[in-house]
Amino acid sequence: MSTRLATGGRLLDRSRALEFTFNGKRLRGHPGDTLASALLANDQMLVGRSFKYHRPRGIVASGAEEPNALVGLGEGARFEPNQRATTTELFDGLTCTSQNHWPSLETDIGAVNTHLARFLPAGFYYKMFIHPRPFWKHVYEPFIRQSAGLGRATNPGDPDRYEHFHFFCDVAVIGGGVAGLQAALTAAEAGAKVLLMEQTAHWGGRAPVDGGDIDGQPVAGWIAATLAKLQDMPHVTLRLRCMGAGVYDHGYLLGYERVADHTPGTDAPRHRLWRIRAGQIITATGAIERPLSFAGNDIPGVMLASAVRDYAVDFGVSVGDRTVVVTNNDDAYRTAITLKKLGLEIPVILDARQSGGGALADEARSMGIRVENGKGIAKVKGGKRVTAVAICAQAGEGALLEEIKCDVVAMSGGWSPVVHLWSHCGGKLIWDEAHAHFRPDPANPPKGASGEGFVIPAGAANGADDLASVVADAHGAGQAAVKAMGHKPKGKAPEASTLPEAPMQPVWLMPQGAKTALRMKAWLDYQNDVKVSDVQLAAREGYESVEHAKRYTTLGMATDQGKLSNINGLAILSDALGQPIPQTGTTTFRPPYTPISLAAIAGGARGPVFQPVRKTPMHSWHEAHGADFEPVGQWRRPYCFARGEEGRHEAVAREIRQTRESVGLLDASTLGKIIVKGPDAGRFLDMLYTGMMSTLRPGKCRYGLMCNENGFLMDDGVVVRLDEETFLCHTTTGGAESVHGHMEDWLQCEWWDWKVYTANVTEQYAQIAVAGPNARKLLQKLSNDDLTADALPFMGWLEAGIAGIPARVHRISFTGELSFELAVPASRGRALWDALLEAGEEFGVMPYGTEAMHVMRAEKGFIMIGDETDGTVIPQDLGLNWAISKKKADYIGKRAQEREHMADPNRWKLVGLETLDGEVLPDGAYATAPGRNANGQRKTQGRVTSTYHSPTLGRGIAMGLVHRGPDRMGEVLDFPKLDGGIVKARIVDPVFYDKDGEKQNV
Amino acid sequence: MSEAVTPLNGARFEGLATIEDAGLTGMITLRGNLASKEMKAAVKKAVGLGVPAQRQVLSGQGSAVLWMSPDELLLICARDGVAETIATLEEALKGQHFLAHDVSDARTYLHVSGAGAREALAKLCPVDLSPQAFTPGMVRRTRMAQVPAAFWLDDRGVFHLICFRSVADYAFGVLRDAALPGGEVGVYG
Repeated sequence: MSTRLATGGRLLDRSRALEFTFNGKRLRGHPGDTLASALLANDQMLVGRSFKYHRPRGIVASGAEEPNALVGLGEGARFEPNQRATTTELFDGLTCTSQNHWPSLETDIGAVNTHLARFLPAGFYYKMFIHPRPFWKHVYEPFIRQSAGLGRATNPGDPDRYEHFHFFCDVAVIGGGVAGLQAALTAAEAGAKVLLMEQTAHWGGRAPVDGGDIDGQPVAGWIAATLAKLQDMPHVTLRLRCMGAGVYDHGYLLGYERVADHTPGTDAPRHRLWRIRAGQIITATGAIERPLSFAGNDIPGVMLASAVRDYAVDFGVSVGDRTVVVTNNDDAYRTAITLKKLGLEIPVILDARQSGGGALADEARSMGIRVENGKGIAKVKGGKRVTAVAICAQAGEGALLEEIKCDVVAMSGGWSPVVHLWSHCGGKLIWDEAHAHFRPDPANPPKGASGEGFVIPAGAANGADDLASVVADAHGAGQAAVKAMGHKPKGKAPEASTLPEAPMQPVWLMPQGAKTALRMKAWLDYQNDVKVSDVQLAAREGYESVEHAKRYTTLGMATDQGKLSNINGLAILSDALGQPIPQTGTTTFRPPYTPISLAAIAGGARGPVFQPVRKTPMHSWHEAHGADFEPVGQWRRPYCFARGEEGRHEAVAREIRQTRESVGLLDASTLGKIIVKGPDAGRFLDMLYTGMMSTLRPGKCRYGLMCNENGFLMDDGVVVRLDEETFLCHTTTGGAESVHGHMEDWLQCEWWDWKVYTANVTEQYAQIAVAGPNARKLLQKLSNDDLTADALPFMGWLEAGIAGIPARVHRISFTGELSFELAVPASRGRALWDALLEAGEEFGVMPYGTEAMHVMRAEKGFIMIGDETDGTVIPQDLGLNWAISKKKADYIGKRAQEREHMADPNRWKLVGLETLDGEVLPDGAYATAPGRNANGQRKTQGRVTSTYHSPTLGRGIAMGLVHRGPDRMGEVLDFPKLDGGIVKARIVDPVFYDKDGEKQNV
Repeated sequence: MSEAVTPLNGARFEGLATIEDAGLTGMITLRGNLASKEMKAAVKKAVGLGVPAQRQVLSGQGSAVLWMSPDELLLICARDGVAETIATLEEALKGQHFLAHDVSDARTYLHVSGAGAREALAKLCPVDLSPQAFTPGMVRRTRMAQVPAAFWLDDRGVFHLICFRSVADYAFGVLRDAALPGGEVGVYG
């Protein structure tokens, strides 16, 4: 059983105890524990079930590479699935549950799959579930969803907060082990601004566990001294619990800081996403130990040799009394020596190398440990826990030599540099034959804008394999980084101790000639249940590309992204394909290095500040008066103002009646307003609009249409000539920014020599439409200025004082009524609104919303950008030829509108549609035509673009685009409804109300 | 007579930084040839200040001139002096090609001050806000969370921040969140 040792545990604070629960069981640990070490200290080796076969799974590793120990962490709104126990710091009150089992972790029904493993090979889903077709949706998919999948989804209402932080530095160092500390020190001493980040809660990485001396002092002392130096430098920033998550173009780097995961309930943000711009990035990300592929290597109790050592040294945890070490390199001897010193049993060290190990092997032997060279494991015995190993010759086929009882198997297949961050942005790898690993290719780094590399690997991440070479390499990396940043490198590398090591020997399968039965129990990917036999099958079935084999077998596709399995898997694939490993290559390394929370990516964007909401100066009045808001771009505009029990429909009808019969108010502040000024302003607007704007006289307004280069209508609005050189262009609410951009695009890129300046002054003004037969009477109550038709005719404007506020008063109408649009400084918009409501009381004045506005404009046959247009409609389609100048040589879109297809009389054109029985046509409905198209669908001859119930006319009215519409007045079309019925509508003139425009022109 | 109001109406929050509505202020967009002697003379006459260099601000008593783009300045003056300042500019630039327009009401104007001001802004804006990199006299047009914004730093260490009026509540909200106690990054003092 695994247990806490009486002494030891360099990261523990044994003076305090922390309580936590696992599957409801109350357990205890200490500050400094990870959840994994605390579970092991409580003899909880079994932590989950595998994805496919539901095999019992135990903790394998001690860090970010852990594939098995994934738990559901927390409860209620704080619940989170797939949290790695090895990287979760223990805190008091932590609650977690194991995943992927039913009904319980100990007794799991899905485990029957393991007996069916022979029938569930690689690609099983693809082969099995394809026929019969309908079975997929109703039988296979529900079954697979029930049995597969890791963890449950989270619950809504996360109470924690998250944030971003932008940071800039010369050199960012990822990884706070010995290499990272040295590289940071070298860079900082040369004067560079340095950020050093470490994903765990401790500096120094695994060096304190492995031992050695730097500059004559034990490595732990050197770490403390180096850290003290860095802390004293004002230009160095040190962050613990901050992982380098991804490297992107131009030195952009994401850091994922788990600020308060270990202290839940404080007022600190839980996660902080660092968005870093670094001149140079040093990846001192260390290396990950590889498992060995032997039968039963997934049974709980089989662990990485380094992890067994970590649990003993860092956390004072013995994973078991008897540990068999199996290795192909010298490093794993450290585990045997460490455990032996702690008084634990090492029945045997199995060294797959015929020639055995170096100095460490000698030390182990001298301690009385049995060492067997050229031997391996044929098979691990045990179910939910290792009980014994069967020993065989590595060179053979697995014939049993001896069975040895044990509780733990500590395995080491060599070390793979963590090249992920080097590779994210295009850094290439080379295969290092001597160490049997991929490491960064110094000739092919990720390159920045200058064409020079901006990522430098350091230490074990660069393939350095002992303390001395790690420190020297890191110093070199620091020097290279500061040199690239224009600083002068300083100092020299510290001297570190070194031990003569025997070369490692690649072992991809144990024993080398293992038969099928053994290969089918030799796991490569623990989380996704991929075995040696699966990869070999994929190769036999023709999956030669490593990327294809990955997807076919799901090797490396789990939440750990193959940190343990990838190299072993592609070695097996290479062997099966009979080609060298570099030729097979690796799959692509993509950010993030380990999963980061979606909440950290969202940062502060949640709740009230999820998105910016644009508000007019009258917004708070609307809120207080029953406004039913609708989004228009980022604005919120009142759709209608419901009173009491009134529904939307009644409110809209009331607002329209009031406006048609007396007077209503519209908050039109959201309309875009762009000043265009300069000697060439008129010429510029003549190009921008289809109509003639240069002839507009100061004091006058003119409606204009704006098209893009392809001739399609993109925006419309009223242009006001303020003075000889200055125009004010109104745009649609959603079009202000894009139209301003459109103007600047043409001015800056095409007509750069025209003398025109523009300014978007949309928000400078509050704008209120006062519309209805009593509009003038209402305004005249608040103004001494002359607003009669003589002084201010239709399509004119003047400056007047309204309620003591200087206003620009336009006689323009979108309702068809007598209408004034008042523009005043935004800061006084609310005051004007209040004054109009008060003075209008005798006329029953009330505001109307966007829906009333839409209905009234439709009654008048006025088009709406986005309803009658959809990016494929030209003004000619809408019968707007009157707004297209025939005199102008050119305007944007003119040439396109002359193309054959655009000038075709067969285009769908705007008409009014009047239902025969007065009902309302469904929005977007199509008019059917005789016959069917090649897809068997009904042919169509038109569609509805706007449709409303008109309270003014007491019937449904609509506009639509119909094939040759204006030539077919009086014809009746069929519009099928979704429920199967048909609405019949007659083609009519689109102007339903006040055809001669007498009402607006008074 | 109706009173003019700012969108935030005097709002204030004290956390790691103090966020406060800076009140009604005059702002004028001025576009033209910034290198011309006429422009320099006009600005001098209007607000008593020179034309700042790229990404710089020149400040006086209750006035400032901000570089906004290669052909655009923002003039800051007293709210009740806007009409007169524009008239002065128009007079001084007569015959020149230029655009001067009142944008006082188009903006929300905030002060961000206190020990956490740099970190609060650095949570929202992709700008190097270290004391070595961002110094008094600099102006930066940037993005604040999801909205455009510009800010500059005065000699007293107060950040002056402007963004569009319609997003005043959003701007105040994200700044307040960025300055909530417990969110100290500990990088800038």
